[in-house]
Amino acid sequence: MATALGSITLRRLAATTVALLAVGYALAFFAAPEDADQGYIQKIFYLHVPLATCALIGFMVAAVHAIRHLRSGDPVHDARAYVSIHISVIFGLAVLATGAIWAKGSWGVWWEWKEPTLVSFLIVFLLYATYYPLRYAIEDRDRQARYASVFAITAGAFVPLNFLAVRLAEPLIHPRTFSSAGGLPDSMLFPFLVCLVGMAALWATLVWFELDSKRTSGDLARIRRALEVTA
Amino acid sequence: MIPFAAIDSAEGYVAGAYLVFLLLLLIYVAIMASKLQRIQRELRSLGELAESPRGSDVGRVREREERIESVREEARR
Amino acid sequence: MTAFAALLRKDLRVELRTLRSLPAMALFAVTTFVIFRFGLDREQLEGELAAGVLVATLLFAALLAINRLFVAEREEGGFDLVRLAPIDRTVLFAAKASALAIYLTVLELIAVPIFALFFLDSVEGLIPLALVLLLANLGLAATGTVISTIATMSSARDLLAPLILLPLLVPLVIATAGAGEHLLAADGPDYGRFGTWLALLGLYDSVFLLVGYATFDFLLED
Repeated sequence: MATALGSITLRRLAATTVALLAVGYALAFFAAPEDADQGYIQKIFYLHVPLATCALIGFMVAAVHAIRHLRSGDPVHDARAYVSIHISVIFGLAVLATGAIWAKGSWGVWWEWKEPTLVSFLIVFLLYATYYPLRYAIEDRDRQARYASVFAITAGAFVPLNFLAVRLAEPLIHPRTFSSAGGLPDSMLFPFLVCLVGMAALWATLVWFELDSKRTSGDLARIRRALEVTA
Repeated sequence: MIPFAAIDSAEGYVAGAYLVFLLLLLIYVAIMASKLQRIQRELRSLGELAESPRGSDVGRVREREERIESVREEARR
Repeated sequence: MTAFAALLRKDLRVELRTLRSLPAMALFAVTTFVIFRFGLDREQLEGELAAGVLVATLLFAALLAINRLFVAEREEGGFDLVRLAPIDRTVLFAAKASALAIYLTVLELIAVPIFALFFLDSVEGLIPLALVLLLANLGLAATGTVISTIATMSSARDLLAPLILLPLLVPLVIATAGAGEHLLAADGPDYGRFGTWLALLGLYDSVFLLVGYATFDFLLED
């Protein structure tokens, strides 16, 4: 019953994601005006910034799940934290790749160390990349889950601090940052917001999908144990 | 104001960025597909495990019934 | 409080008796300075470069110390005894973090004068820098204690702690190097953004001391 209900809502969520992303990117490419300053290359903005925003919010969501895991001891919350970080790391990979392409297109270099947002994101990505070796290095299931949760909380607290620190390190000589969504005209802001919501829906869909897959594997393992006991 | 070549390459970079994202998504889907296959394999072997003891019992009973039937038939002749 | 004092005294006494970490850390720092001296081929450093050399050296020496912090404890079964004792586990966090902060301060008391001797013209900037380093030690101690506890319980302990700590310490490095850059400027210390960096260090320290305090209990559960 519960899984049937779950799969229906997952289907709905996936359909919503497809619709939002289709509308968002159609608006971004055909309705939004070309950026006066950057030209066509600015269209990457509608992909890159929503990806980055969702990845960072995803890391925060993982920290919240981790807190709930430590409070309740329920492995479900650990699985949620794990999958949230997993999808956010994949999004992060896309952020770095699209960011590098954008930098190459608009500044002629693949990487710009003076762009604080890009550098902060790289540091955050490097930190979360250590989540996997950390999990694999601890054998005991419960301990692995607990330590992974402590890591997720620590890293979640680190994310805003890191952005603050890297931004302070740049004496603000680069006014053109990637994420200056505040100064957008309405004709660009609306498509951007649709893309952002669509990307968030994609994040949620992928998390849900992978959690379902994980749960199914877990159920199968349980059934196998039960069958082998009776056989 | 912008030279034509620059617009051309800008389009290339934009297309490249979106393609990279799609590629990543496809890789993810492929990995999940392989996981799904593993789940399916596991499910099939579990199905066999679930059916095997009872299944062989049923087969044995039917075999015995058939033999009894054939013996009876021979006796009738 | 008495449990805290006892644990801290035990850690410091063990270090004083065995001298396992501190001399090695100091030696490491001095050797690194010598390498920088030859590698950069400079009689003296100032500004960005001076701060960079000092902070990078102290950071790597600190990573050595952090790795040592729990190894002996685990090998000799100290953890299990503390677990059995009727004390709050967060007391252990406070004691370990304090011990680490004290190690780092002692290390700096040795390494920074040697750095000044090797590279600096004037020592005027070192006094405000001491405040910066003290705050940085506190943050390093907080994150270092949490991460090294995680690492000691894993099968990849020597690798895992630096791997996680290096990105995690980036804000500290930025703040320390940012403050040091101005304090070690060629034309005398400049307090331009001193307050900003101190505030950042203070924020980092309080956030991770709080995180450590809140989560340390879960690291020791069995």
